[in-house]
Amino acid sequence: MSCSKRYIELMHKYLDHEILKDEEDELKQHLMQCKSCQSHFHELKRTEALLESPSHVQAPDDFVQQVMNKLPREKKSVSYRKWLKAHPIFTAAAIFFILMFSSVVTQWSQDGQLTVSKQEGIVIEDDTVIIPEGRTISGDLVVKNGDVQIEGKLQGNLVLINGKVKNRNALRASAGEVTGQIEEVNQVFEWVWYHLKEVSGDIIPF
Amino acid sequence: METIIKQKIRQVKKGDQSAFEDIVNFYQNKVIQICYRMLGNLHEAEDIAQEAFVRAYTNIHSFDEKRKFSTWLYRIATNLSIDRIRKKKPDYYLDAEVKGTEGLTMYSQLSMDEPLPEEKVESMELNDYIQKQILSLPEKYRSVISLRYVDDLSLQEISEALEMPMGTVKTRIHRGREALRKKLRDL
Repeated sequence: MSCSKRYIELMHKYLDHEILKDEEDELKQHLMQCKSCQSHFHELKRTEALLESPSHVQAPDDFVQQVMNKLPREKKSVSYRKWLKAHPIFTAAAIFFILMFSSVVTQWSQDGQLTVSKQEGIVIEDDTVIIPEGRTISGDLVVKNGDVQIEGKLQGNLVLINGKVKNRNALRASAGEVTGQIEEVNQVFEWVWYHLKEVSGDIIPF
Repeated sequence: METIIKQKIRQVKKGDQSAFEDIVNFYQNKVIQICYRMLGNLHEAEDIAQEAFVRAYTNIHSFDEKRKFSTWLYRIATNLSIDRIRKKKPDYYLDAEVKGTEGLTMYSQLSMDEPLPEEKVESMELNDYIQKQILSLPEKYRSVISLRYVDDLSLQEISEALEMPMGTVKTRIHRGREALRKKLRDL
């Protein structure tokens, strides 16, 4: 076979459907004259036909099912994450409440110590805060983790957290007096509620 | 068809797993045939084809919808086939248990009791012969030839699927074709 490589190249171009019109004419012209190129072209076309013949290989009947069984399950967390992304304000609010709630609860459980909001004129015995007889304390008083015994006078609100007024029943009869409200907070939820009221009271003055 | 497939892909991307069933149904034969052309073993081909679909599903978000899905899918299948060829484990043992069955060995997969129509036998023999000749080609020609003839991909699509320059695809197809011409001319 002595024909130039060019014609072989054109044959492949023809089979790749990439041949140009004048190239095709050129190839045809040559094939009519050249026996060896003709048989070469014939063989190539036959090979092409053999390769293009439909394959007997088919997917088994349960192939689709097998693939579907192998797929990873749709994760629940994906949809839940998607939901969070779709509702950013709600997510922010939820996170805020979780943090707020947990910090308040830990505060509640951590503070075992007696704390009083002001010291002046107050007597502390064991876990009891005493406002002595004849004393007048102005302003609000907050007592944590302790009881209060009022013998004197409190001009303002009294807030008790995890504690109680010892002489409450006798309060009206005795000389002791609280001019404002007495509030006792003894449960975690009350404590949280009190916190919320306090925070909102700070933000929005009534 | 492309538009239906595109719609299905969008559904899969939204998390609708059942839409993927139609995609598998539509492409299963082509993918298995490509894998079979490259591997020459039906069980391996089914195995790799399954894995290709699973990979396609898990990576569906990286599929660019402007492109042709089949090309993308075939690329996964050919890459997995090439991997399999390269680290070919010791071939199947005939007496090893078939996965997912109890006490069934490869022997049971070998013979088919029902007689096949004669024509079918002939065409199978011819197909097997062609397959044998393709398998005798180096792996780099095999992938190009598989893609070219199983789904009649254009040279451009083959170049995309295999991430190969057009020139290389052309050369490999021409050389592969010439090699097969010599092997198949006595048929």
